[in-house]
Amino acid sequence: MAEGFHIVVCAGIVPDPLQTLEPVSGPNGPGLKNEMVLPAVLDPWAASSLYEAAQVVAGHPGSKLWLVSLGPKAKLQQVMMTIAQKVSFELVPVDGPIGGFPDAHSTAAALAEAISALPGLNRERLLLFGGWESATRGAGVTLQLTGELLGIMDQFQGVDQVTVRADGSFEVLERVEGGKHQVSVCVGAPAVLGWATGNLAEPRNNPQTGMANMRGILPALQKAKAVKLEANTLHYVSVNLPAQQRETRVEKNLSTDEIAQELVQWIAE
Amino acid sequence: MDCGVMMEKILVLTHVDESGAALTKASLEVVTAGIELAARLQSPLTIGILGQDADAAAQVLAGMGARLLAVSGEAFAQARYASDAAACEALCRAAEASIVLGPESARLGRVAAGVAHRLGGLLDTHVTGIGGDGAVEATRWFYRQRMEAVLSREARPWFLLLDAGTHAAFAGEAGAVQVEQVAVTLPALRTVVEGFRAPERDAQTIRPDAKLLFVAGAGWTKKQPDGQMHVSDAAERIKDFLRLTGASLGSSKSLVDQTGDNQQVLPFLTHMNQIGQTGSTPRHAKGLSTCCHGEEPHVVGWRFIGERRAISLDANCGWARGKADVVYVADAFQVMSKVNALLAEKRG
Repeated sequence: MAEGFHIVVCAGIVPDPLQTLEPVSGPNGPGLKNEMVLPAVLDPWAASSLYEAAQVVAGHPGSKLWLVSLGPKAKLQQVMMTIAQKVSFELVPVDGPIGGFPDAHSTAAALAEAISALPGLNRERLLLFGGWESATRGAGVTLQLTGELLGIMDQFQGVDQVTVRADGSFEVLERVEGGKHQVSVCVGAPAVLGWATGNLAEPRNNPQTGMANMRGILPALQKAKAVKLEANTLHYVSVNLPAQQRETRVEKNLSTDEIAQELVQWIAE
Repeated sequence: MDCGVMMEKILVLTHVDESGAALTKASLEVVTAGIELAARLQSPLTIGILGQDADAAAQVLAGMGARLLAVSGEAFAQARYASDAAACEALCRAAEASIVLGPESARLGRVAAGVAHRLGGLLDTHVTGIGGDGAVEATRWFYRQRMEAVLSREARPWFLLLDAGTHAAFAGEAGAVQVEQVAVTLPALRTVVEGFRAPERDAQTIRPDAKLLFVAGAGWTKKQPDGQMHVSDAAERIKDFLRLTGASLGSSKSLVDQTGDNQQVLPFLTHMNQIGQTGSTPRHAKGLSTCCHGEEPHVVGWRFIGERRAISLDANCGWARGKADVVYVADAFQVMSKVNALLAEKRG
């Protein structure tokens, strides 16, 4: 592994999971109420892939890490203030709509175009990272489509571990049904790796890393190319919050024995 | 992509299970969905089968009257992007379908978007229902099961991957069938599938077919009334319960995250057990939550759990605010000990 990898992480931004979300209809289709003022975070699974990518880069001299993110510039800047302190990367922002309702195929086309235009990117050394699903659309297809558009024929989804070998080949653990991992060995880059949680904890904030990253991030945000995402005939008939609100019976005065009896009976029903 | 008005042609993409010669349950569920949709739209139905021995797998589809296509052989014994995408592309081209249904399995989920792209089609995933009056409309969830949308597309071919558990599995009498083999030109294969890695049989705690989901929250590893932590006791109680009931084990994020924080943890828990915003959304008839606050990022993973009960020391926890059917305000250590004793007694 003489030259290292060129890792491109695709990561969207999503509303903070603790926020209450409410759908609204707009002229361009559905969206979220007060979407632009909701606090945002980097998509959690994509964030895992960013941290894993940074670890691969650190272990393989000559490697480079780009973070490609599509979203409104102002929201991207807000999220980058935090993410920039985690690991070193070069941001490639794409100025476009936020949220889960735009079509994944259009999103993938915009990402693939941005990646294709990266100066210095060697496609033979490319590992395309990202979350296997997003916390917005949750479709699990954007990374695949981006990979197809870039002509990458080795793709892995639900990745929890990648072990790079001395010859540049790597072993991949992918989640499959029943709590198992499928084990595959790929001869090397290029490949697409859609990450689940991986094995790394979130890195601590490092202000020095943040300052170094921000020197590149702010000019990149100013130059971010604006994209319009086509609907591709996607039409939303309705978007609703689930109506179900349960009538909860709160039992404060039952003894341990009574609760246990009730539970055992309920389990057996 | 074609947007014209035309009679729909439906293809159901299926694949074999680990035996190599039988269709997965999720595939058979999508066969049911395909039969229903074809009947409603009065459209021809084709079933495409991917796997090592597709002919054997097809026998369960005898008598249903659909055209059967298959891609078979050693190259398709295991799930790999390059070979599976080429196989599915060949099946779709042979079927000339306008609507392609498939299971949201690890195998098809890995390749379906690529296949849709190659055919100039569009794809929607995690579909939980197909309806529409004279048209085809798909129901799916957004923002990790927080809101439900109904959507449609005019463009064809339209690929729809259906979540497991949304339809009954097709059950037909097995018999002789005529299967058309579809030839596939494989690209250079750069990936070798070496097999599976799973916990020891007794340690496998994720059981998708279990009736009951048991969720352990971070409270199991906190200090108890005696001022001490009892993590190994907690582990024993939980394992006993899983053994006695056959339940599947889920976890809150805060509990599995403790692994990375070098805290004392339950040894059999991994991120694969995690339920919720950044975990899974399993389907079980019942769910029992213990030592978990029931906050929204976790509870979104319970969207498809039928009856919900929780044991919590906090009478005002999230579960008590309309998210569970019953909340027992009690010490889960004590309750689960008693529950295990009663279950063991029942077993004799």
